[in-house]
Amino acid sequence: MSRDTINVAKGVAWRQAHIFFTNPSFILPSLLFPLFFFTAFVGGLSRIREIPGFDFPLGYTAFQFVFVLLQSAAFSGVFTGFGIARDFESGFMRRLMLAAPDRIGNVIGYAIAGLIRWLSVITVVTGVAFAAQMKIAGDGVDLFGLYVLGFFLSIVGTLWSAGVAMRLRTQQAFPVMQMPVFILLFFAPVYVPLNLLQGWLHAVAKINPITPLLEEGRGLISGEPDKTLRAFAILAGLLLIFVVWATRGLRRAEAAG
Amino acid sequence: MHAAVLQAATLGRRAVVRTVRQPANVVFPLIFPMLLLAVNSGGLKAETRLPGFPTDSFLAFALAVPFVQGALLATVNANVEFARDIQTGFLNRLALTPVRGIVLLLGQLGGLLTIALVQAVFYLAVALAFGVRLESGIGGGVLLLVLEAAIALAFASFGCWAALRTGSTEAVQGLFPVFFVFLFLSSMNIPRNLIETTWFRWVATANPVSYLIEAVRGLVIYHWRWETVGLGFAVAGGMCVIGFALATHALMGRLERT
Repeated sequence: MSRDTINVAKGVAWRQAHIFFTNPSFILPSLLFPLFFFTAFVGGLSRIREIPGFDFPLGYTAFQFVFVLLQSAAFSGVFTGFGIARDFESGFMRRLMLAAPDRIGNVIGYAIAGLIRWLSVITVVTGVAFAAQMKIAGDGVDLFGLYVLGFFLSIVGTLWSAGVAMRLRTQQAFPVMQMPVFILLFFAPVYVPLNLLQGWLHAVAKINPITPLLEEGRGLISGEPDKTLRAFAILAGLLLIFVVWATRGLRRAEAAG
Repeated sequence: MHAAVLQAATLGRRAVVRTVRQPANVVFPLIFPMLLLAVNSGGLKAETRLPGFPTDSFLAFALAVPFVQGALLATVNANVEFARDIQTGFLNRLALTPVRGIVLLLGQLGGLLTIALVQAVFYLAVALAFGVRLESGIGGGVLLLVLEAAIALAFASFGCWAALRTGSTEAVQGLFPVFFVFLFLSSMNIPRNLIETTWFRWVATANPVSYLIEAVRGLVIYHWRWETVGLGFAVAGGMCVIGFALATHALMGRLERT
């Protein structure tokens, strides 16, 4: 990676992070959504663990924490895409394209900003989870693995939404960025383990790439990871696909002027 | 009086046409609640095995959520447009015409009501197509639409107040997470008597959205439970009174400033 690329990435990341931390209308939704998913699911649905066949050993708080961790990671990426679309509409992106010696640095900068956003959100959510007496059986390595899952999913989310934003270049593209991610996340075993899902949702969840990530995350937090290779292979595949997707989106934006 | 009705109808029509011209504002409120319903009814079907769960169809149980969520989405979209009218100066120009303030509010809310009712009919049609049976029958279906109108008006009155008070589209959009919080901290996914976590049960009991959801749910899964339905109408009515009082006060302030 050239020095130019690094400089552009640093500049873009700093600007995005600054906008995020200094603007309540950006920081609050990012923080509130995962927190309220967590609170509502853990507080409202804790009796689900009494359903016959619910075999997760650490209780419902840890079960839902893993989902919220991955959900916040993916949505930090999506929210970063909103910022890219906004920059296109305001004309900032055209100026940035003209000024940046290496435009790939723009995408990397946005991805770093997405990570900063996610790390700040998940720090708060983790604090709340521990305050809610979440049980953990995994060791330090397992927990590190859990956060690494979220780390890479956040990058995947940013690359996806950056690709959309650079193709459509309008804030009206928000639902296009948001809906597929929402569908993928919620068509997985969110509320109960896969074996308790029934009907069409079970069939969809079985082939959903998010399902192994969730199951591996839940395995890591309970100290019994059994899908590590599969989960990280899926993440590597997603990263590869969306690097190409975002890079091609960048080329289209360049071509569009 | 005739002139006031005509003015309100014209403004209401404008609100509807403006929404229809933005496909995202039409499609999203129709599809998103249905998607959430599909996810929840699939993912939480196992919940019906809990002792004391009131029905064996989670789809019927959860059908109340799209009704309330749809009203929320319609409210946010419509009031973002209302705030835009303030930002662009349309309201100021309107204030120079003989249109009275209250007519302006009624027109705005009439448009929103139309959209909310179209959504409600869509949700009901989808649910019936997927095998939900209204225990309260056709009369219950009609009352469901009336209740939906009351719920939409209740949220809309607060949305109008926010739009008039701030005159900012961003501020009105910021209401969505707030409304969403109320939805998630309610009895949307489980009956209140089955909520195990004490603090959550208290919050759900104090949350007015729980009563709106339970009233809609009451018409779907029970054979006429007047107490639940009446409570829902009372809460929606109370919210309307408070919301309209605030909105009217804010409108007077804004028209004075102009």
